[in-house]
Amino acid sequence: MKQFAELFMNLDRTNKTNAKVELMKQYFLSASDEDKLWALTLFTGRRPSFKVNRTMVKEWAALEANIPMWLFQESYHSVGDLGETISLLLPRNQTLASDKSLTEWFYYLGLLPGMTDEEKHDHIVQAWMQLSQHETFVFNKLLMGSFRIGVSQTLVVRALAEATETDSNVIAHRVMGQWDPKDTTFEKLILDKGENDNASRPYPFFLAYPIEGDVSDLGDPNDWFAEWKWDGIRSQIIYRNNELFIWTRGEELSTQKFPELHFLSEVLPNGTVLDGEIVSYLDDKPMSFNVLQTRIGRKNLSKKVLEEAPVAFLAYDILEANGVDLRGLTQEQRRAELELIHKNAPNQFVFNLSPLIDFKEWPVLHELHALSRQNIAEGFMIKRKGSTYQVGRKKGDWWKWKINPLSVDAVLIYAQKGSGRRAELFTDYTFAVWGDDGKLVPFAKAYSGLTDVEIGQVDYFIKRSVLEKFGPVRTVKPELVFEIGFEGINESSRHKSGIAVRFPRILRWRKDKKAAEADTLEGLKAILEVYR
Amino acid sequence: MERKSDKWHAFNIFTFMPAQPLLQFTGKSIYCTVADAHIDPWIPVDKAIITHAHSDHARWGSKHYLSHKDSEPILRLRLGQDISLQTVEYGEKFVINGVTFSLHPAGHIIGSAQVRVEYKGEVWVASGDYKLEDDHFAVPFEPVKCNVFITESTFGLPIYKWQPQQEVMTEIDHWWAQNKAEGKASVLMGYSLGKMQRILKNIQLQDKTIYAHGAIYTLNERLRQAGFDLPELTLVTKETDRKLFKGSLVLAPPSVDSSTWIKKFNPYSLGYCSGWMALRGAKNRRAVDQGFVLSDHVDWPDLNRAVKESEAEKVYVTHGYTSIYSRWLNENGIEAGEVNTMYGNEDESEEEEAVQDSTVKSL
Repeated sequence: MKQFAELFMNLDRTNKTNAKVELMKQYFLSASDEDKLWALTLFTGRRPSFKVNRTMVKEWAALEANIPMWLFQESYHSVGDLGETISLLLPRNQTLASDKSLTEWFYYLGLLPGMTDEEKHDHIVQAWMQLSQHETFVFNKLLMGSFRIGVSQTLVVRALAEATETDSNVIAHRVMGQWDPKDTTFEKLILDKGENDNASRPYPFFLAYPIEGDVSDLGDPNDWFAEWKWDGIRSQIIYRNNELFIWTRGEELSTQKFPELHFLSEVLPNGTVLDGEIVSYLDDKPMSFNVLQTRIGRKNLSKKVLEEAPVAFLAYDILEANGVDLRGLTQEQRRAELELIHKNAPNQFVFNLSPLIDFKEWPVLHELHALSRQNIAEGFMIKRKGSTYQVGRKKGDWWKWKINPLSVDAVLIYAQKGSGRRAELFTDYTFAVWGDDGKLVPFAKAYSGLTDVEIGQVDYFIKRSVLEKFGPVRTVKPELVFEIGFEGINESSRHKSGIAVRFPRILRWRKDKKAAEADTLEGLKAILEVYR
Repeated sequence: MERKSDKWHAFNIFTFMPAQPLLQFTGKSIYCTVADAHIDPWIPVDKAIITHAHSDHARWGSKHYLSHKDSEPILRLRLGQDISLQTVEYGEKFVINGVTFSLHPAGHIIGSAQVRVEYKGEVWVASGDYKLEDDHFAVPFEPVKCNVFITESTFGLPIYKWQPQQEVMTEIDHWWAQNKAEGKASVLMGYSLGKMQRILKNIQLQDKTIYAHGAIYTLNERLRQAGFDLPELTLVTKETDRKLFKGSLVLAPPSVDSSTWIKKFNPYSLGYCSGWMALRGAKNRRAVDQGFVLSDHVDWPDLNRAVKESEAEKVYVTHGYTSIYSRWLNENGIEAGEVNTMYGNEDESEEEEAVQDSTVKSL
């Protein structure tokens, strides 16, 4: 555990990518195979659930620290991270030093699900007593935390590739898909030469970079495909060994969530992998993401939901045909393969192709770009005809050319301290627009979009302009105006304003505007009318 | 939340104390009406008693100042050579208009004091900023029994528990030694007044030459001239040969990490000494390579110890986690109220120092 806790703290401390890769590489070179596998489990977001109730854990920690619950909560608000808060509050009398390995701790935690609450309490408190402050923090992360320490899957893959001297594309593929550290070994998962033993395993997605400068800088338009950028769920559909798998980009196996697409198991030949977008779709038209959102996250898809928010798959790439990896072919060759498969398929609206935009000159594309919202698209994807299908976000061959977000000018009215890197700074803001009655109505929360310097200035303002305190939330003098951008807008009965916006973020600080000059709720409702 | 505001009203100075409390929180200072004297005023006044020389407590423009004698060199450096300043020893009594005052060690920085105020048998103590651990430079804190204790609460949350100073100093020693082995400079940031003297008195000085930023150099020289036992530092100037920084220790105020000044030490490791380094968030936000948890303020256990040892029946909680700490005291049977002050802005004053530093460099 010491070794892993040290790795964790060191990773957390640096924000230099190369240093992080080096730290992980050193870990992968020195840790035991078992520990490596568990570390990989954590870094790729596969931490098993140990069925502990966070509220209970808080209570147990407060009890150990001998403080009332309200003081625990205040501490938590200041620290911003539950596992860290507990590690700081527990008395520092490490009585039974332990040298359990990371793996042993996972087996220790694995006993929790079968226990009564009382046994869970004893089990966890026992562990706390054996660990130093840093180790307690990491242990709490294993127990119930998320591992947000700025280590993306790409970095883990790079470190692992360097440590094992294997091609990073191969490693990226091996760590994807469904695997459980309990039924595999590091050897089998990462070092095994026999590939494709796992039928469900998807390919790493190739991701686009936002276009820089003007699209015409890309050179000869004949070298490029353009497609609408759909506002749906990026997905890979896999048919292998007579079984269908649907993966979404968050690396979630979501086959059951899209029954409409199950007919593809009758259509696709064995050994097919398609890349595309799942969108809500009626007749031959995509619908707004708002519709799709009504069924994401639902456990049971009722008949009503399926009727109101049907989906279709808009395919734009093929990565495997007849069991052969096609990623090395050019975009143009893969498109031809894809069209061939689609041509013979039934139900062509539900399994559809993302159409290629017909353009010979960049100005034509410019004109069409302005019509993106009407086409329920977020802009264009521009793909080089001669490009292979790569791993992760790479510059040069795939570009996304997004439309500007919708935006309004809004007033900062509530603030809350951030967490993690931004603990102790007010960084979580709530924004309001003017209602009909001349009062400010909150409509969006936003966390990002300001530079560190601006965050400092806003924090300075907030600390001197607090009107009221509600737990961690501060009501602030309504003075600062920000331009808030968002991707979509929808009606919502859960919000006071009656609307909900999607992906709100701060576009810029309107230092030139006074609060009275901010936009109105009426204005927001007008946007809703247009993009409903 | 309702509850908090109720509490605040309950301890409003007009209802909490008898008609004329000995010390009042006027929004300008901690004020003694009978003596017509102010403690740490943040506007110019006639008579200012200064707990310590940090710029959020010792402000410019008052007619007469009174402080502990060890604060004198810095007060004159910061507020002007020609200020009217009377100094006293710890424990030395002085009477203003029948009110007996005395200063007692606060252990925060050199010359820092708690102000004991006695009138007609009632004793108040305004403690300024303080810590209980002996830092081997400032005279260590001494508890003073009183009826009413005014305490800071900068780190008034149970998450703040300092390690013993020697452990932190050993961490600094190791960090420096490792950087030296890697051929890097060790740039160590911390408040120039307090933290830096504490570091110089407690780490192993591995080299003869210790480099310093102008803000720290100037202070150190002034303290040395005043007879304090501190090592001589070497001022970093434009002319200093950059090759000399390799493996060396460079002391700097906290504001330099975003400046171009720091680039000359490349390659370097950046360390920061502060109580705030106890939190990962704060550490990561500063983007330092190494955070050292070292504070000149009391941590949670010592804060509670200080309150207990004062034997005060009433406690006023100033700058820091005022509402939280006063609620804690109230729930533990000690009457407490929170007070808004303008103390606790050391960060900002450090930034001013860095600006002033440009003048030092041209000396």
